[in-house]
Amino acid sequence: MANFTPVSAAIGGALIGLSAALLMLLSGRIAGISGILGESLNAGTDRGWRLAFLAGLVAAPLLATIVGYAVPSPQMPGSWGVIVLGGLLVGFGTRLGTGCTSGHGICGIARLSPRSLAATALFMAAAIIVVFITRHVLGG
Amino acid sequence: MRDTLVGLLCGLIFGFGLLISGMMQPTKVLGFLDLFGGAWDPSLAVVMAAALVVASVGYALTRQRGQPLWAARASWPTARQIDRPLAAGAILFGTGWGLVGLCPGPAIENLATGSVRVVAFVVAMVAGMLLQRASQQRIRTQAAILATAPDG
Repeated sequence: MANFTPVSAAIGGALIGLSAALLMLLSGRIAGISGILGESLNAGTDRGWRLAFLAGLVAAPLLATIVGYAVPSPQMPGSWGVIVLGGLLVGFGTRLGTGCTSGHGICGIARLSPRSLAATALFMAAAIIVVFITRHVLGG
Repeated sequence: MRDTLVGLLCGLIFGFGLLISGMMQPTKVLGFLDLFGGAWDPSLAVVMAAALVVASVGYALTRQRGQPLWAARASWPTARQIDRPLAAGAILFGTGWGLVGLCPGPAIENLATGSVRVVAFVVAMVAGMLLQRASQQRIRTQAAILATAPDG
């Protein structure tokens, strides 16, 4: 567990929870990123706050860079094909299953939804199996 | 207007949370998902636990008030059934997440780094969302045709 960073994980996690708490307490909305992105693709629905949320999400690391915080460049294993396949699966799957790590994993479990608990268990299990296969069976 | 400002503020806070927690980095997320590699990194579990505690308090306060501060009512999800689309969707999502180490939040946030690989992932992710919407509309159309078939 050499890479374990419990303090920054707890602080960052608390901020994510604060975002979800404020969005519900102030606007009555669920902070599920796949839902926010997916619904913002529909013209005619209530897009304003969703696009603003996504803009804030992208602005955060830019603001952090300005004040001198080192934003790491993302390291992604795998070929271009794997990246595109992964993106397609994440997009299709989160909309079909109506949620992702934030919508089911945090917001859903925070309101004790059995649906979200089931979804979280399934996507965690699937991801753990895929990582096991790619890293330890195929040896990627 | 107020809705938009709340959205922006919450997006910023969410983004800072992902950044500080290290969850923007796909290899760190994969380090959590790699239970059997001998160097397991439990950080993601701590992120989720901390987020859950704080979110639960906010949700409880909203329920206690009966309604949000600046909206007529809270948009709580209404679906209850653990059905096939939920299960299939979660498994497909988990598969993609395990392949790359990016889920929607960190994927969008990482656009700020200008990484071309992240851009490719996000374009594919949006395409996947549109594909799902199109397939759902087709199923609805077919169901409507079937429902009207006895008359025609």
